[in-house]
Amino acid sequence: MTDLLYSDVEESLRASVRATLQRSMNDALVARLADEPAMDVSGIWLTLTQQLGLAGLLVPEALGGAGAGAREAAVVLEELGRSLAPVPFLTSAVIATTALLSAGDEQYLPRLAAGEATAALVLPWTARSGAWTPVEGTIEPVAGVLEADLFLAPVMGQGDVLCLRCYRRDEVALEPVIALDMSRPLARVQLTGPGTQLASGREAQEAVDAGLAAGAALLAAEQLGLAQWCLETVLAYVKERVQFARPIGSFQAIKHRLADLYLVIVNAQAASRYAAATLAAGDPDAEVAQAVAQSWCSDAAVRAAEEALQLHGGIGMTWEHPIHLRLKRAKADQLALGTPDRHRSDLADLVELPAS
Amino acid sequence: MSEQTSDLPQRVQDLLREHDPATTEPSEFLGARFDAGLAWVHFPPGLGGLALARGRQQEVDDLLAAAGAPTPDYGRNSIGLGMTAPTLVAFGTEQLQRRFLRPIFTCTEIWCQLFSEPGAGSDLAAVSTRAVRDGDDWVVDGQKVWTSAAHNAQYAILLARTDTSVPKHAGLTYFVVDMSDPGVQVRPLRQITGEAEFNEVFLTGVRVPDQHRIGDVGQGWKVATTTLNNERVAIGAGNDREAGQIGKVTQRWRQEPAVRTPGHHAELMQWWVETEVTRLAGERLRQQLQAGQPGPESSAMKLAFAHQAQQVSGFALELDPEEGLLYDDWTMVRPDSASFLGRGPGFRYLRAKGNSIEGGTSEIMRNVIAERVLGLPPEHRPDKGIAFKDVPR
Repeated sequence: MTDLLYSDVEESLRASVRATLQRSMNDALVARLADEPAMDVSGIWLTLTQQLGLAGLLVPEALGGAGAGAREAAVVLEELGRSLAPVPFLTSAVIATTALLSAGDEQYLPRLAAGEATAALVLPWTARSGAWTPVEGTIEPVAGVLEADLFLAPVMGQGDVLCLRCYRRDEVALEPVIALDMSRPLARVQLTGPGTQLASGREAQEAVDAGLAAGAALLAAEQLGLAQWCLETVLAYVKERVQFARPIGSFQAIKHRLADLYLVIVNAQAASRYAAATLAAGDPDAEVAQAVAQSWCSDAAVRAAEEALQLHGGIGMTWEHPIHLRLKRAKADQLALGTPDRHRSDLADLVELPAS
Repeated sequence: MSEQTSDLPQRVQDLLREHDPATTEPSEFLGARFDAGLAWVHFPPGLGGLALARGRQQEVDDLLAAAGAPTPDYGRNSIGLGMTAPTLVAFGTEQLQRRFLRPIFTCTEIWCQLFSEPGAGSDLAAVSTRAVRDGDDWVVDGQKVWTSAAHNAQYAILLARTDTSVPKHAGLTYFVVDMSDPGVQVRPLRQITGEAEFNEVFLTGVRVPDQHRIGDVGQGWKVATTTLNNERVAIGAGNDREAGQIGKVTQRWRQEPAVRTPGHHAELMQWWVETEVTRLAGERLRQQLQAGQPGPESSAMKLAFAHQAQQVSGFALELDPEEGLLYDDWTMVRPDSASFLGRGPGFRYLRAKGNSIEGGTSEIMRNVIAERVLGLPPEHRPDKGIAFKDVPR
């Protein structure tokens, strides 16, 4: 059976990412993004890139990257999910990078790995592997584009052949939109220039699917990290908040809810680890693992944020408490890269349980 | 890798060569397997193991399964295999270990568990069955309930009160009871399914030699906790994808298009995912536990298993409503072997109701998780620090 635990190397990577994020940002900064969407937060990504080489984590060493795999990327995403760091790791270093790797690119990947540029896949943030249409006209809402330098878009070329093309910043028109989760800004995108060809036909299709599949499999890790933050935060609160002369965490009604939430998160951790491990290994079960992880972890993160909010009482509803930031990210993550319901539909096909 | 660990496959091959599974009687094969240290590889040498990491067992099991070797009958002897054996290894004297472990593994001696009482189910530490010292023996009097397999068992593990002048957890002691003792009376307890899988057990002046004590006098609660953690692992342990109740439903879904509706499909996929993630979490827990003893985390798996078994078995009745109204057989039988999955969907639905009660109710599991895993403050317990004899009951 696949190893579902974390290695010492992964734990050490986690510690480095967590420490760097704690030094570079805080919840107040994330909250400000809703009021000041144009705020420059690029320094956080710069730090993660320069100090830890996260931009090139999945890029092979020959192309200037760290040559790590999906298991390590998942650990990074758990930390990014905890902290809601506004960085393009998922969109650029996972999704776009995986698409470029699949397309056999050697031109752009060294720049991405070095942190000199970031890339984004131009598709609605709800797209999932095997369920997207080529870009035409204006596309929204797209994630990871506002600060990106390179834009990978699947378009219909001459003779109705699908092409994956790369556009520079002066070849696209970008318009920010107001997002439910402002910690991962979204935009409206229109392709205005000719772009350059990365792949065509089946290769283009496979590159986009590979990017989206990696994104979905590893989004589960972000959701896990977010859910764990919510559980830890609410546990600390119910141990300390006193009502009726007792810590509220001693009331069975609250204990049982948190025990159930713990179970949901334990399951999410196993599902997320399995998705990352099968992705890393090219395991034939990777598609099932991804659909299962997205189906479960999306709902798990929302449930964790909703429970944490409720058990904080009134303070949980306020702008000053960081829970609302997690709720917004959790709900947006649930819709991103395929809803749980759509992943269950995909799963039904994969495990031969037809709808009719 | 030490020399001892690297030759594990060789040991299995030697066992198979010397005892052909095709021609060897199962209990004889299992005995040879025990003697070769391949019963529980993490147990000490000479006691069915090789003192290896717990996780190495899987290699042995896979090789033996591939060779078609017989396996211990978990349905008949789940208490002996899943609970008595690890408890004996953790707390038993060497004499008890040498006497009992081998026949447990070969299933030539079946075990039951004399824990729950009419007045002490969820509050297990409140058992009032008394054991009073008399020379080299203890004399036991009391009543136990929900004792599965008692009608087949040769031996039992018993939790009894040996001191009422101390708080409840401190006055318990753990024993091995010979079920053929004349003071032991077993009566069937018929259940919701019509079967009498469980029993009531009456203990009247049962003499238990002090040599059959497991752990120190007054340490019974500590010993029982080990047993219970192992029980929860045993109950919560998943294995293959689509095993258990979900397997019955998916099998039917594939074979009978008539049961497919959009609503059922949505629900089926929800249960499929939940069962699968719990299976993965169980696997992850097992990987974590490979080095050590099961901890309170195993309560989460037990809780999850009960929830799914109940929901999925209920869903199964809805798939074919006409059939769901029927039942296979209400005759009272005392089954030889416990099974959640045998018989028809109605039986599976009713039997699953026990899953959230037996081995600790789901409410107790949630308390265990909340207090021992999540570190939440304990419930208010009015009996804390009070001598057992002074607690109102």
